[in-house]
Formats: sequence, structure tokens, C-alpha cells
Amino acid sequence: MLSDYAPILVFLGVCVLFGAGVPLLSSLLGPRRPSAEKDLPYESGIVPVESARRRFSVSFYVTAMLFIVFDVESIFLFPWATIVRQLRVFGVVEMGIFILVLLLGLVYIWAKGALTWE
Amino acid sequence: MIASWYGYFIGPDLWWAVLIKAALIALILATAFAYLTLAERKVSARIQLRYGPNRVGPFGLLQPLADGIKLFFKENTAPGGRDRLLYLVAPALAGTAAILAFAAIPVAGVNCLGGPAVGQTGLSCPSGYALHWDIAHINVGLLYILAITSIGVYSLFLGGWSANSKYSLLGGLRSSAQVISYEMAVAFALIGPVILAGSLNLEHVVTTQQHLWYLFLQPLAFVLYFVAALAETNRAPFDLPEAETELVAGYHTEYSSMRFGMFFMGEYINMVTVAAIATTLFLGGWLSPFPTSWFIFGYIPGALWFVLKVVVLLFVMMWVRWTLPRLRYDRLMSLGWKVLLPLGLLNIMVTGTIVALRAA
Repeated sequence: MLSDYAPILVFLGVCVLFGAGVPLLSSLLGPRRPSAEKDLPYESGIVPVESARRRFSVSFYVTAMLFIVFDVESIFLFPWATIVRQLRVFGVVEMGIFILVLLLGLVYIWAKGALTWE
Repeated sequence: MIASWYGYFIGPDLWWAVLIKAALIALILATAFAYLTLAERKVSARIQLRYGPNRVGPFGLLQPLADGIKLFFKENTAPGGRDRLLYLVAPALAGTAAILAFAAIPVAGVNCLGGPAVGQTGLSCPSGYALHWDIAHINVGLLYILAITSIGVYSLFLGGWSANSKYSLLGGLRSSAQVISYEMAVAFALIGPVILAGSLNLEHVVTTQQHLWYLFLQPLAFVLYFVAALAETNRAPFDLPEAETELVAGYHTEYSSMRFGMFFMGEYINMVTVAAIATTLFLGGWLSPFPTSWFIFGYIPGALWFVLKVVVLLFVMMWVRWTLPRLRYDRLMSLGWKVLLPLGLLNIMVTGTIVALRAA
């Protein structure tokens, strides 16, 4: 039932109050003495060059895409796992085919070198 | 339902019961965080033949309090080129998501107030008020926890990106890539016990372990889960985001005072959550490890067993941290994708085949 989730909403309220309230309280309590040096990002003591918002390694994008593929797979696995007893051999064979297809995908990206970091 | 004069119901629970439970869990987790930092320092000290903090209060027990007060009264320094909104959202999200995940974890079995518990597992309570020891007893409890803990990744990445610092950005990128990679390993490892229990409701998962913990039926899944969970919580030997020799402090380099404290808190509360999930799915949750007919074991409350198991797991996590050296980043990623992921899939297929064949 959807109403089972209602207590989570209350808890969400408590958590947000806590998560946002604590940093807010500390910014009220702490001193405030801004200076030009404090305004700079930390770069081991030297004056930073260029903005930090620049291009980064493509491997991170690839990892994110692979994550989407396998995360969606895990969403199919959870409901299957709860009723595999009722589905019996049929369920296992079907999920076996599904996993095999994804496993082939994993082998392919592995061979292509998408999992290799330099 | 007994006595509607107790007040309104929020979903299946009395409104004040929900509020009390919510406040209690938030308070207990915040305290647990404070004392975990002390425990970590004490454990690390003992492993390195030191004493650790022992000046503030007896055995240094007031140290977390002193640290907390210090953090509250520190100045909030922030770099000028930051993204103002996201810079503030990230720490708040880290703390919120960490606590929120705990809503579906049953700390003890159902108590039936004003009526007998029905069924072998004592889960239904038709004539009385069922006191559940979690906030929401939803039937997709495990999925809920995995979903909420995933939200924590946003705080790492937003915190790293918004600060406009190179160390922060690199730390944020590394940790988000690491956490999402190991999230699959976590999910796949947890499917083994779910197949055996036939349910995602964590109360059911625990009660089906009355005779044998899933640790003994799913040893491979437990090991996979524990390793993946260490990486998921950015713990050593997988604490690459905070590899201080190369990245200063990682994604929270540019945070100070309690804003930094929220990231710190998120990490330690995630440790507790991870240990609680392992306890629930593999170590029999609140169930006593000894027969209840022995000695006084029938009188020990389930919540105590639960806490004890969680504490043991937390100790092991600290022990690992101060024993093993850090992995290199490329090795970390290959471990996740090339070892844990295929092994997890293998475990699922073997478990599923055995369960299906035995049912047929």
C-alpha cells in the first residue's frame, strides 16, 4: 500500500531539518573574517592558475554509461529474485539468457579496453 | 486497531510513534557518528601501539563533544569561484541521505501490544497494535535503502565540482566513479540472500534466518558485499577519493566547519548503514545466535543482538583500514568490474538454479 510510505515522508522532514539545520547553525555561530587569500581555492600554497572547470578523462563518462547499463539490469534482478521459487526452471533459464547477453556486453567492453585506466 | 483515541495514523503507524522513532533514529545515528570517530582514533592508536585521545574526560570519552563544539564555532571559509547553491546543497544532502536510508532497517522483531502475535515468525498482529522497530515496514525495504544510499553520490560529486578547486574536482570525480562502480557489486551480492528469503521486506528476510544465517548459505555473497561495501563507503583500502598524498582531502578539500562535518558524518553513518544491512541480510539481524532456551538468552532483547553484530562489523571495518595499504586507482576499478561483478552474477545464477531445482 502507498500509505506504508507515509512515515518515510515524516522521517524525510526530520532528516532535512537535521541535514540543513546543522550547517546553518554553524554558519551562524562561527566568526566571519573574509580575506582575499581565503577566497582562493587551495592549491598547495601556490596561486591557482585557470579555473578548475575543465575537461576531464573520458574514462569517467564511460564508467557512468556502463553503470547505467548494469544498474538497470540489477533492477530486473530484484523482482526476479523474490519469485524465482515460483518460476522454477523457466525463470532460471530466462534470467540466464538475460544475464548471458549482458555478460557478453561486459566481455566486449573488457576486450575493447573500456575498463582499462591509464 | 486498538483505541483510536491515541491519535491519527500516519500510514500504518500512530503519528507520535512515527515522530518518536524518527527523532530517536536521527539522534542515535548522530551520537553513533560522534563515538565512531573516537572509536576509530582509539582503534588506530592501539593498532599502532599508541594510546589515542585520552585527555578530554575519562578515557577521552568527551573528545567527540569537544570536536563537535570546535567544528560548530569554526569560520565557514569558502572559495570565491564556487557555485553558491550547489556548494551549500552538497553537505546538507550528504547528511540527509545518510540518515534517511535507515528508515527501512528493522532493529528488532515486531512486538505485539495488546494481543498475541500470529504465525511462526510472529510478524502479524491482528488483534493488537504491532510495534515495528523500524520507521517504514515497506515490502521493498532493501530497494529503498539501496536507492537512498545512491543519492549520497550526488553530494560527493556536487561538493567536488561546485568548489572550483582542482583537488576537489578530481576527488569528486574519483569517488563518484568508484561509488557507482561498486554499487552494482553491492546490489548483485545482496540478491543472493533475497533469492533465499524470497522477499525484499527486511523483517521477512530476518525471520527466514531463524534456523541458519545466510552467512553460511551465501559465504561468497557476504565476502563480495563486504569488500564492495568498503569501497562504497570510501573506506580504506579503497579510500582513493581521500588519498591525502595526492589529493589533499578529496571532494571536501574546500569545506570547513560543520559543512565539512556533514560529509564526515555522512561517511560514518554510511558505515553504520552498511554494517546494519550486512547484519540484516547475512547475520540474522536481531535473532540470537544461541538457542533462546539456553541460560538467559531468552531474555536478551533482539535490539541488543542487532547492535552487537553491527558493532563487530564496524570494528572489522576499522581493523581493515589500519591493516591494509591503499590500492592504486586503476586496480580498484578493475577489481570492481572484472572480479566482483562477474563473481556476483555467478553467485546469483548458482543460487537461483539451486533454489529453482529444489522447488521443482
